[in-house]
Amino acid sequence: MRFLKFFILILIIFNFNLVHAKTKNLDEKITKNLRCLICQGQSVHDSDSEFAISLKTLVKKKLNEGSSEEEIYNYLKDKYGEWILYDPGFSKNTYFLWLLPILMFLIGGAIILKLFIYKKN
Amino acid sequence: MRTKIFPISLIIIVSVIFVIFYKGLQNSNVYEPQIGNQKNIPVFIAKAFETEEIFKSEDIFEGDKFYLMNIWSSWCAPCRDEHKFLLNLSNQKNLKIIGLNYKDKKKNATNFLNELNNPYDFIFNDTDGTIAIEWGAYGVPESFLLHKNKIVKKIIGPIDQNSLLEIKELIQ
Repeated sequence: MRFLKFFILILIIFNFNLVHAKTKNLDEKITKNLRCLICQGQSVHDSDSEFAISLKTLVKKKLNEGSSEEEIYNYLKDKYGEWILYDPGFSKNTYFLWLLPILMFLIGGAIILKLFIYKKN
Repeated sequence: MRTKIFPISLIIIVSVIFVIFYKGLQNSNVYEPQIGNQKNIPVFIAKAFETEEIFKSEDIFEGDKFYLMNIWSSWCAPCRDEHKFLLNLSNQKNLKIIGLNYKDKKKNATNFLNELNNPYDFIFNDTDGTIAIEWGAYGVPESFLLHKNKIVKKIIGPIDQNSLLEIKELIQ
């Protein structure tokens, strides 16, 4: 019984680490979605350039101040433009990017359907 | 007729995709910073370089004067190259040069200024680089020409002879 209590105590102590796990993951998630503008092809999370280090501190600061993920994205978009986000929004320049797979899927489906119906007939 | 639908539609689809990707080749995928749009200057709180007093950004950028906000650091080699142009600009009467000391040690920065002279009317610190991000800056050196709380011109990289002349023309 004493052993069990001891075991539970240790378990609780070690689990205290997980209390902040959510916020840690959030700032990782945000920095992974940010393009490092001076070292292209890398995310801010992966980069160790001065720019990326500052951006990481800024994201942490903003999260501590209580900004949401969306607010941070909008803030940076305002400063550096859409390019800083890896996940582009739906806009005039990107609608083709978003719609092309759907379009190809529909056309392909139509071809297959047509072939099958023709075969049946 | 029935057999022709498939090859014809295939050719059309392939050619449409080809045209799209061929056009896509011509688009540059290198990031070009937006220069030229007049943005309001950011509001921030920072520490002065010499006195280490904390101040608000509104206190330094005021009125109708022209300001040149220059981001510099003692460890940045191109900053040395542009320093003579900054010294040249510091003779202009209607232009105030504000320095943002980016991620620097005070001792090194002071040595840098003692060695090359100080063109700045006022310097403030940015130890973690977050104020530079408020300005939408990429790194050092970078300069912003300000007028009436708007960014009139942004120079990414060191100031050279051409940008020097351009600044002089703009502040006339």
